[in-house]
Amino acid sequence: MRIIPFLITFLLTAGLIFCLDTQWDKVPPLGKFLSPQHGCWQNAEPAGKDFSATLSLPGLKNKAEVYFDEYLIPHVYANSQKDACFIQGYLHAKFRLWQMEFQTHAAAGRLSEILGPGEGNSYLKYDRSMRRLGMVYGAEKTLARMEMDSLTKGDCDAYTAGVNEYIKNCKESELPLEYKLLNYRPEPWTNLKIALFVKYMAYDLAGHDNDFEMTNAKSFFSKESFAKLYPSAQDSVDPIVPKGTAFLPPHIQLKVPATADSLYFYNTDTVTARELKPEKSNGSNNWAVSGKKTQSGSPILCNDPHLSTNLPAIWYQMQIRTPEYNIYGVSFPGAPYVIIGFNDSCAWGITNSERDVRDYYSIKFKDDTRQAYWFNHDWKTAGQWIDTIKIRGQEQPFYDTVATTVFGPVMYDPGFSGFSDVPSSRSYAVHWAANDSSNELATFSRLQSARNYPDYKEALEHFQTPGQNFVFAAKSGVIALWQQGQFPAKWKGQGQFVMPGEDSSYMWQDSIRNYENPYMLDPDRGFVSSANQEPVDTSYPYFLGTDFPPYRGLTINRFLSRMDKITPNDMMKLQTENYDIFAEMAKPLLLRNIDESRLSSEEKNYLNIFKLWKLRNDPGEEGPVIFNRWWFHLQHLIFDDEFSRTTLPVMPPFESTLLEALLKDTAYQFIDNVNTPEKETLQQVVTEAFLRSIPELAQAGKDDRLTWAKYKDTWARHLLRLPALSRMHLPIGGGTHSINAAKQFHGPSWRMVVQLTEKTEAYGVYPGGQSGNPGSPYYDTFIDYWAAGKYYALWVMDKDERENKNKIKWTVHLKP
Amino acid sequence: MKFLITTLLIALLSFLSGLYLPWWCFALAACLVSALIPQRPFLSFLAGFLALFLLWGGLAWSIDTANNSILSGKIAQILPLGGSSYLLILVTAFIGALVGGGSSLAGSFLTTTRKSRDLNSPGPQEDQVA
Repeated sequence: MRIIPFLITFLLTAGLIFCLDTQWDKVPPLGKFLSPQHGCWQNAEPAGKDFSATLSLPGLKNKAEVYFDEYLIPHVYANSQKDACFIQGYLHAKFRLWQMEFQTHAAAGRLSEILGPGEGNSYLKYDRSMRRLGMVYGAEKTLARMEMDSLTKGDCDAYTAGVNEYIKNCKESELPLEYKLLNYRPEPWTNLKIALFVKYMAYDLAGHDNDFEMTNAKSFFSKESFAKLYPSAQDSVDPIVPKGTAFLPPHIQLKVPATADSLYFYNTDTVTARELKPEKSNGSNNWAVSGKKTQSGSPILCNDPHLSTNLPAIWYQMQIRTPEYNIYGVSFPGAPYVIIGFNDSCAWGITNSERDVRDYYSIKFKDDTRQAYWFNHDWKTAGQWIDTIKIRGQEQPFYDTVATTVFGPVMYDPGFSGFSDVPSSRSYAVHWAANDSSNELATFSRLQSARNYPDYKEALEHFQTPGQNFVFAAKSGVIALWQQGQFPAKWKGQGQFVMPGEDSSYMWQDSIRNYENPYMLDPDRGFVSSANQEPVDTSYPYFLGTDFPPYRGLTINRFLSRMDKITPNDMMKLQTENYDIFAEMAKPLLLRNIDESRLSSEEKNYLNIFKLWKLRNDPGEEGPVIFNRWWFHLQHLIFDDEFSRTTLPVMPPFESTLLEALLKDTAYQFIDNVNTPEKETLQQVVTEAFLRSIPELAQAGKDDRLTWAKYKDTWARHLLRLPALSRMHLPIGGGTHSINAAKQFHGPSWRMVVQLTEKTEAYGVYPGGQSGNPGSPYYDTFIDYWAAGKYYALWVMDKDERENKNKIKWTVHLKP
Repeated sequence: MKFLITTLLIALLSFLSGLYLPWWCFALAACLVSALIPQRPFLSFLAGFLALFLLWGGLAWSIDTANNSILSGKIAQILPLGGSSYLLILVTAFIGALVGGGSSLAGSFLTTTRKSRDLNSPGPQEDQVA
């Protein structure tokens, strides 16, 4: 034996193994990662893999079968709702484990734990924001409520057991790719994680407000200017409940605080903190047409929720059959039940209500310890919690001390100004409806077996936050739409700005009763619809907030009111409609005001393309690109001179505000550039904006990006934003103001059309695939159809089709 | 012949250890085989290197073929290897080979003596070494 050479080679090899077993910054441990029997190669699913199996899962009560069709969509045959939930948990984990855990980690403010503090501490700021908003505390309250309801408690227990059954038996080599890339392991699933997922959706859909920006704008602009920049009503809106509908008198007479003018509306305090905000256009479309407008004589229900077009996709498609119900639709990996879908009797779908249910209160603390605050003429003791945020790559966790008040947790204070670089001199407590105790899953647990309108109504009673427009249609012929949520009853202007937090007079006084929520039931016009527009006109007795997109709703209602003898095919065309009603209104205005004498012949070429544009945002059109750039520069020319005078967070007016203002008033006061002695005209700024677009259009032409789809560049983007795991440059049209609301990273996340004939006829597609594994052929199955506006016929498997070898590709037999 | 047997044995044991044990355990297998079948250190290194190069390269290649390179192209963008599946297979094989060779070499020093090395030093008659 040769000791010295042995020791040298041994140490060198051991050192090499150590290096290959260690993560270096963003590089995964290469030995482990590339080992063909352990690492990423194990995620390379063989084409034609056999998914059939016989499994023994101890948590099941009875035998069950899962039939997979050619798209890897499971058709679950279970003996009870609990068993169905168990199997759903197992399947979600088997195909989407990383995504479901990552999303709940994000909800719980634990991104730094996996990803490190991020550039400029961005992940740490995100984590602190989520925790200070009360996501964990809200989830714990939701969990307590969920567990009080024996139905949801049993289902969640079963779901969690199903997920854990998978995790328990998952070998290291079988872990999803992302765990290997980021070098960590899944932890056991819990019911709290289900609640966290529900809060994540609440944050995504009801976590948006502009309170700080509006507070600053109110202080910065004169009262007259403010009213013109942020009007309280839109001219073009066609509300969910048609204008002129009579409402019940409010059950509560709201007391406007005596100090409202002096301390609130005319208060000139400003805010330096910057909020964490979800994607603003988390909107959606849904509608139902009654049998009198369809060719079959049966209702048709349609829904396309607009969410981030993520990979793995946010939805997982499935059919579940138990002795009580037979349901088909999409579920959220991370929670039990089908969220949007249909059963043998009825169908339902949801869009976001976009109501403002998050308000801020300015808190006066006694001193920097933030242990006492001034409330109702006295120093009141503040509560406190300490968040421990683990940060990957750092020994010490980050400890965040958060004060709590009667309003809710203090989200921003001198120790945390969110995403602003300027420290916040004041403290702001947040009251967010999602932190009030609720059990939203109870709604979906009951919708599964709903047969008729009263069942649907009863199921909705449980739903609080995020408020949604639930569209409904039944084979009996009923169509309905309720905007359901627990909404605070607010006086006009309440919560539009940061409110004084020194007494109780500005607190939410009561909730709007469910029966007072806007709704439509079998209207004469033969359809109900919603697209996140304002739900009601100004005669509604409560204040709803002011941030509602008007144009998709307007387009849908125009098309639907003209249509007759409707077929599912017509509905698919409508869902993928690229017509732009905003452009329809803006185009004549632009053409009226452009001074063609200032244009060269090359510039006139672009103008001619725009003139000939048929207002459709189709993938190959150049008109939408020209319009997009032109309007962009017009907004900046009109508002930048005023807005650049403040460094505070402010928000430019909505596109609809500018358009409506210019249509009414060609001498709109903001057209004038306050930095020049002359007084600019609309013609000048419209022409100047066009000229400013030209170099960009010329460049886009050179880069072969002058056509709309290439310019807009829609992606189905991996949650870690890795281009390699994303599908980029999808050839899809549409956009913000089209029914087909496909934007760059955001769009129709599931399109569904259901005709409620005796045998249901349904179609659907989503931008993803059933498998969350980037190494699976089923990772992105549906994306090309989705981009092309095509649909798959949804196969509701019948009992007597269990031997159908043409449609069933694999069968998994489950036994306890 | 000895060289061939060593190589095959290392590959076989490495494969088996990969089925049940952490990824780096094949190093123990390589070390053990080289200790039990003494060869010139360089040949031991080569046997371990080649065994793992062929094992990891071969496994990766066959997995990649069955997968139609869906995943390897993506991983080869992340790592970054210009999106080349072949390069990823090559890197995989090389990393396995390096550890295989190193541990095999270490193993060879466990049982060879300076004398046997001296006997071998002329070079070409390696098969004489016992």
